[in-house]
Amino acid sequence: MSKTIFELSTKGRKGYTLPANDVDIPLDEIIPAQYKRESKARLPEVSELDVMRHFITLSHKNHFIEKGLYPLGSCTMKYNPKIHEVIARYSCFANAHPYQPEETMQGALSVMWELQKDLSEISGMAQVTLQPVAGAQGEFTGIKIIEAYHKAKGNTHKDTIIVPDSAHGTNPATCSLVGYKVKELKSDANGRCDIEHLKTLVDENTAGFMLTNPSTLGLFETQVEEISRIFHDVDALIYMDGANLNALLGIVQPGKTGFDVIHFNLHKTFSTPHGGGGPGAGPVGVVEKLVPYLPVPIVSKNDSGYYLDYGHEDTSIGKVHTFYGNFAVLLRAYVYIKMLGAKGLRRASENAIINANYLMARLKDYYHIKHPEYCMHEFVADSSWQKKANGVNTLDIAKRLLDKGFHAPTVYFPLIIPEAMMIEPTETESLDSLNAFADAMIEIAQESKENPELLHEAPLTTPVRRVDDVLAVKKLDPIFPIKN
Amino acid sequence: MPYISNTPEERRAMLEKIGVTDFDQLITAIPPQMRLEGLLDMDEPLSELEITRRIQKQTCGDVCTQAVNSFLGAGVYDHFIPAAVDAIISRPEFHTAYTPYQAEVSQGTLQFIYEYQTMICELTGMEIANASMYDAASAIAEAILMAVRKNRLTKAILPATLHPEYLRVIRIYTEGLGIELLTAPAKDGLIDLDALEAMMDDTVGSVVLQTPNFWGNIEDGEAIGRLVRKNEKALYIVCASPISLAILKAPAAYGADIVVGEGQALGNNMNVGGPLFGFFATKLEMARQMPGRIVGGTLDKEGRRAYALTLQAREQHIRRAKATSNICSNQSLCTLAACVYMSLMGREGMVEVATQSAQKAHYLAREIASIKGFSLAYPDAPFFNEFVINTPIPAAEIISRLLPQGIYAGVDMARWGNDHQLMLAVTEKKSKADLDALVKALQEVRDV
Repeated sequence: MSKTIFELSTKGRKGYTLPANDVDIPLDEIIPAQYKRESKARLPEVSELDVMRHFITLSHKNHFIEKGLYPLGSCTMKYNPKIHEVIARYSCFANAHPYQPEETMQGALSVMWELQKDLSEISGMAQVTLQPVAGAQGEFTGIKIIEAYHKAKGNTHKDTIIVPDSAHGTNPATCSLVGYKVKELKSDANGRCDIEHLKTLVDENTAGFMLTNPSTLGLFETQVEEISRIFHDVDALIYMDGANLNALLGIVQPGKTGFDVIHFNLHKTFSTPHGGGGPGAGPVGVVEKLVPYLPVPIVSKNDSGYYLDYGHEDTSIGKVHTFYGNFAVLLRAYVYIKMLGAKGLRRASENAIINANYLMARLKDYYHIKHPEYCMHEFVADSSWQKKANGVNTLDIAKRLLDKGFHAPTVYFPLIIPEAMMIEPTETESLDSLNAFADAMIEIAQESKENPELLHEAPLTTPVRRVDDVLAVKKLDPIFPIKN
Repeated sequence: MPYISNTPEERRAMLEKIGVTDFDQLITAIPPQMRLEGLLDMDEPLSELEITRRIQKQTCGDVCTQAVNSFLGAGVYDHFIPAAVDAIISRPEFHTAYTPYQAEVSQGTLQFIYEYQTMICELTGMEIANASMYDAASAIAEAILMAVRKNRLTKAILPATLHPEYLRVIRIYTEGLGIELLTAPAKDGLIDLDALEAMMDDTVGSVVLQTPNFWGNIEDGEAIGRLVRKNEKALYIVCASPISLAILKAPAAYGADIVVGEGQALGNNMNVGGPLFGFFATKLEMARQMPGRIVGGTLDKEGRRAYALTLQAREQHIRRAKATSNICSNQSLCTLAACVYMSLMGREGMVEVATQSAQKAHYLAREIASIKGFSLAYPDAPFFNEFVINTPIPAAEIISRLLPQGIYAGVDMARWGNDHQLMLAVTEKKSKADLDALVKALQEVRDV
């Protein structure tokens, strides 16, 4: 294993240059002694070359999109175009301060204004806030908006949000954070919302419904219109978790089909890099009647140009971010949308759906698929055949895929499918790369019969072998013990 | 079409393998009346060259902080970023990877997070840190929620010296959960200790301190810590500027239970205010109450050192409605920038950055205070690299008069209720000539 950066430290070594200080005021005069640190923080002392070698060495231990297929279901690991990175580094963006006079950042504001407009069109919503900085924060913002709507209407008795059992964990966690009770809705035999069960759950206390569409099973919720009627009849609102929006671009505008609120994951659908776990962005779109509750500010435009608009301050839910959201992420999504246009977005979703169905077609004879109908942009296979016949489980298969140069699918999720493998190839993968992945999966199915032990042992060729995450909990080791 | 590999022939072959003749047969689950007829109403698609030109045209009037002499701060700071930081974070190995769920092919990400956690603990004096929150504001909010989980006391005291935008975010995160936010008043630019003392009782669950505070002033963390301890159950939450911690006492030394802060200053560009990242550190005994992802050291099957996400039973993907937080994606790549930055600057460089920033800020403050009509808003409070001045004419007028001279004169405090005040931040990037240029321009404003 690589040494930590702390173990590379040599006293007196430097990795930086700074101009000489040309202002001479002794620190003792300006910082009272009792506030001063007694000894320096023991950060490493390394050269720039040491730093470069260290982090490049670490980088070689990662799987990443340019290395190979990354079929994590519901994560939409599509290729991230390099032009985004070039434009994001323009000084007028990278070095702009949020409190600059507005006339000096018209370009940056125009990017935000146009992105609001384009995301509104894509989702069929009336207006969009760009402020939430992650999908989960988008969910939080959306549920706060629903809460504000009910408050304004005097619906004080409404205290419950309904969430399907196939939902991402962030949905119920978000409801709790806002202060709502959560009721879980069962899926029916077709992997859709169980409408009979739904009818028993919905009552006057229902504030809203969170639905991922297509669901985490990769299935479009066919009964949206009926669901929408059931909720709207009790003045409850419908939230669409947009994690899987990559299936619907230019095909369905959720705001025009019964949804009241939606969040976008720009780092999924609109191709901004995932960064090893962020930063992303989670803008939220709403129908007309919810526009007054959006966070402040939004970006508006008048005769003299673009401006940060706090006009709805009195009705707004407030702010979820110190400034205006993850601008550098918004910018990348803007470039992506402008380059694809309406036709390109539609083509992206079509190809995402074709790629997923093609993979399913190639794998369905080798892996059990509970819902074998045509899927949207992803599908869920499982290892129940392998488990029953040879004692090989999904974790084994996932680890063996790593040996073959692929990332694993999302595993053991959704929770309603035991031994689930949720596979989302995305539209940017070519037929060749889909075939290579399918071949690898089929080989693994074969290996599970001939040599199950090999799969229990996998991975064999990765930088480390199977990692003991139980030990990581039992003997908690969150920081390096610096020696000097 | 950009970024789609398959040719029309391949597409046809794939549809054939699937068993359909055209795409629409794949989406029959979508009721026809729900489908969009025609195309979305959007601009025509642009090529790489066209989008580049379009953006250049859109931004030709923009003036970034590097083209002027900027004194803007208030939560986002223009510290120097060595070139090697961007060289590392722009590697696709880091920036196109996902959350390190498959540890065996994510050791690069996992190890840098472990090193980052170590550095944050070294700066703050704490024992465990997470892989980041969205910004300082959400980090404070999550710290208050964590305190409630720990001691079940739903009253939190926030100082009037806290960044007002942080307060807004904290309010929205806590209001639905029955948490009462009280304000400890300010006196002369610092928390009023007598008032805070009077507010402390058995019902207070947490006390938040920001130091340097919103106005740049260094609070007496030690004295406040003693007051917090009057209720032994209450948790002391300190929001600290990470650069200042190179020369100021680690909050653990004055009794902090949770230390959070805005990490942008550590190697991240300002980017119109985002992405930012919040760091979050605490004591080991509270590890299981923490929000967010945590990386821990462990072993692989052959007994070799390895890293993995740990204590995941706290998180939303396992615990769902009962998770410690709803956070999933965080600001990982920003923490990589911070980790590389702190590695490059190291033990001595961080001290030099902090020292130069403080010295230059104090030089500027003294010079401005000597201009007739201008004065320091809080002349008796010690400060770090940011300070507030009283202005003889509305700050907005000063800002617009200095703009054509290529100076961003600071943040107009009218935004928070005082139109005759400017707040100025100074970093190591300023030369004496830059500072003198501002002083001269302010003198001229006075003379007009």
